[in-house]
Amino acid sequence: MFENLQDKLQRAFKNLRGQGTVTEANIHDALREIRLALLEADVNLLVVKELIEHIRAKALGQEVMTSLSPTEQVIKIVRDELVALLGKDTARFQFASRPPTVILMAGLQGSGKTTTSGKLAAWLQKGGHRPMLVSVDVYRPAARQQLKIVAQSIKANLYEGDERGEPAGPALVERLAKEARREAVNSGCDTLIVDTAGRLGIDTELMDEMAMLKALLGPQEILFVADAMTGQDAVRSAEAFHKRLALTGTVLSKMDGDARGGAALSIRHVTGQPVKFIGTGEKPDAFEPFHPDRIVSRLLGMGDMMTLIERAESTLDRKQSEAFAKKALSGDGFSLEDFRDQLRQIRKLGSLQSIMKMLPSVGPFQGIQQMADQVDEKQFVRVEAIINSMTKKERNNHEILSGSRRKRIADGSGTTVQEVNQLLKQYAQMRRMFKDMGKGGGAMQRRAMSMLGGMKGMGR
Amino acid sequence: MIQTLFGSLDQPEKRSVFDRMRDAVARTRESLSDKIEGVVALTREVDEAAFEELEGVLLASDLGMSTTGAVLGALRERSRRQAICNGAELKTLLRAELLAILQARDSLPKRVIKPPEVIFLVGVNGTGKTTTSGKLAAWYRKQGRTVLLCAADTFRAAAIEQLAVWAQRAGVEMIKTRQGGDPSAVLFDAVQAANARRTDLLLVDTAGRLHTKTGLMAELDKMRRTAQRIIWDAPHEVLLVLDATTGQNGLQQARLFTESAGVTGIVLTKLDGTAKGGIVVAIAQELKLPVRFVGVGEKMDDLLAFESEAFVDSLLGTA
Ligand SMILES: Nc1nc2c(ncn2[C@@H]2O[C@H](COP(=O)(O)OP(=O)(O)OP(=O)(O)O)[C@@H](O)[C@H]2O)c(=O)[nH]1
Ligand SMILES: Nc1nc2c(ncn2[C@@H]2O[C@H](COP(=O)(O)OP(=O)(O)O)[C@@H](O)[C@H]2O)c(=O)[nH]1
Ligand SMILES: [Mg+2]
Ligand SMILES: [Mg+2]
Repeated sequence: MFENLQDKLQRAFKNLRGQGTVTEANIHDALREIRLALLEADVNLLVVKELIEHIRAKALGQEVMTSLSPTEQVIKIVRDELVALLGKDTARFQFASRPPTVILMAGLQGSGKTTTSGKLAAWLQKGGHRPMLVSVDVYRPAARQQLKIVAQSIKANLYEGDERGEPAGPALVERLAKEARREAVNSGCDTLIVDTAGRLGIDTELMDEMAMLKALLGPQEILFVADAMTGQDAVRSAEAFHKRLALTGTVLSKMDGDARGGAALSIRHVTGQPVKFIGTGEKPDAFEPFHPDRIVSRLLGMGDMMTLIERAESTLDRKQSEAFAKKALSGDGFSLEDFRDQLRQIRKLGSLQSIMKMLPSVGPFQGIQQMADQVDEKQFVRVEAIINSMTKKERNNHEILSGSRRKRIADGSGTTVQEVNQLLKQYAQMRRMFKDMGKGGGAMQRRAMSMLGGMKGMGR
Repeated sequence: MIQTLFGSLDQPEKRSVFDRMRDAVARTRESLSDKIEGVVALTREVDEAAFEELEGVLLASDLGMSTTGAVLGALRERSRRQAICNGAELKTLLRAELLAILQARDSLPKRVIKPPEVIFLVGVNGTGKTTTSGKLAAWYRKQGRTVLLCAADTFRAAAIEQLAVWAQRAGVEMIKTRQGGDPSAVLFDAVQAANARRTDLLLVDTAGRLHTKTGLMAELDKMRRTAQRIIWDAPHEVLLVLDATTGQNGLQQARLFTESAGVTGIVLTKLDGTAKGGIVVAIAQELKLPVRFVGVGEKMDDLLAFESEAFVDSLLGTA
């Protein structure tokens, strides 16, 4: 779907070979490709212009190094420039010297404030804090009910409050906020997360209400929740919120999709405040600290290996994985039972799609990213059902799986003999692949590809 | 009577609609027109720099690179043939070019549908599906049609309660199940109820989902098939609800929702903000999907029938 910036640059630099330095003439095409990539990623036009000038200045006259290809060299400049803009050390949180620390959520309608409030509470709980949630969204139907359900699902404290038939408006909002802070103090909560109604930056009345909340609560953090799919308008809305409220950071929601998330650059550019977290799903635990270097890879279509590795480290059972690896790489190979265990582990990491998306689209995983959208997650459920329908003996001795046994397994798992056969074929391939790897074989990449290709073909 | 972006002249009370739209446009600080005027002032002659400037203007409205390229290409071609010598003429041409793209499917003949007519509202998270379901219920009721709402978002917290408030506001009934229930099951009940009651229209609010999640997209396909078990040609309309602030990802949304849910039209919400919603031009260009309605606020009557001329005028600031 998207061609990688790296591929495009490679094309742009085709004529560069044999020349000593990067000159105005031969960088023109490359800069155009970079500009395109940034615009396709929804980085604001003016921000792109500025970035391109910086990149041009840095790239011009640079010695063409022998260790790096011109493409790699320019990509390094682009990367450094983007990381510099996004800043480092982003997920740092300010806590009040005297509790409760107040966190005020702000943003446009539907950007993800309520969901993020819940995620933040869960994250703080995990870190040993005692957060309290309150919703002052008295405008959108069932908005306060939504936060209540979210709070229940993560067992977080909630100040529910009573609207007492009072009309929706700043007065009610003010009362609820005041009561919530008192309640937080009384019940010994160290943080108060205030979920607010979505509003447009140009809605002066509702922006006044936000300013009132800020004056009333003196929040340590005012977080701007923005949708990762936002386009060019991101700068305008972020600017409006920042001018009025002095934001302290951004949460970029819905990063589990395929949006490049260029809005992060735009928002950072106009607010000067870091992106602190990203939302990666609808559930309360789909929440991660933001890492500039990783989003830069994604922005440029180059994968997000770091997140994948980190997630693997925190969710996978290391001992089990190591035991599996040892078995898989040595003489006997792994059994179907081992295979099922591994499948279960991998699925804990998230959907296969999201995993595939995090792989870089260059190098050994080339092409896999693009296949992510075609993968049928249900396939895993079926594979597991097939293995579950085997006896323990069959799982540990795949050779005994005769035709009649396969028929029984297919019936038992609600699949077809064909699917059982296919699974066994893939299993055999994978066993061989791992053994080759154990011997230091190099054909791994091709095998991995055909394996994934096979999965794709196995759909319903 | 059809309400347009500008209301209709024979209905004086509809002037408020016009006012609202104009307000919305006026609030947009840097309208396309300001920038175009800039171009015009600078260039008596239409030269390459003018086109480059225009490119920037279109990109800033989220039209995207490839649509912008196509529009400018066509413009270049025509300006060469017609010997354009000033910016005003260039602007007229640009307007015509954008209109041609948006109107590619505007004049489809209306199918005759035996009631109940089933309409699905689909889209990614938070775009305005539930709100639009409520607004549409009121809209069609005002036309004297009977409407039933189906709360098929059984996933998001309090989504059912949210739609229930809209059902009450619009004065229509709603079919629901418990949170966590099967969306296809509640849909089946709703289609059956609408069928039995001879309701004119069944509006189905679905859960927000990212187009990349195959499992959730398959669920939409299942819902289609469920509706078809009772009404063979349902759903008669599948509206993709798109947020006007959406950037280039909107095109991918439109592609994948069309693939799995058979989108027939678009509702462009939140046009009361500063975002232009230019991505619908890109979508119309590639998928020939017509925009049917626009959302201009959070209240029940903040819904307008889409009018391509008015939309382009607001895009170009000539309204
Ligand atoms: N300003 C403005 N806000 C809107 C418009 N349409 C919807 N909203 C608001 O946008 C937010 C999201 O709307 P919903 O109707 O809940 O969106 P949804 O698509 O049903 O959301 P999910 O079901 O959570 O995916 C709410 O705060 C609405 O009030 C519009 O045209 N203009
Ligand atoms: N896929 C995905 N959906 C999200 C994420 N954050 C929020 N949502 C969904 O986006 C929609 C709007 O979120 P909500 O919290 O109600 O937004 P609010 O109007 O700003 O409070 C809901 O359907 C949420 O489930 C995210 O990170 N990923
Ligand atoms: Mg909310
Ligand atoms: Mg909804």
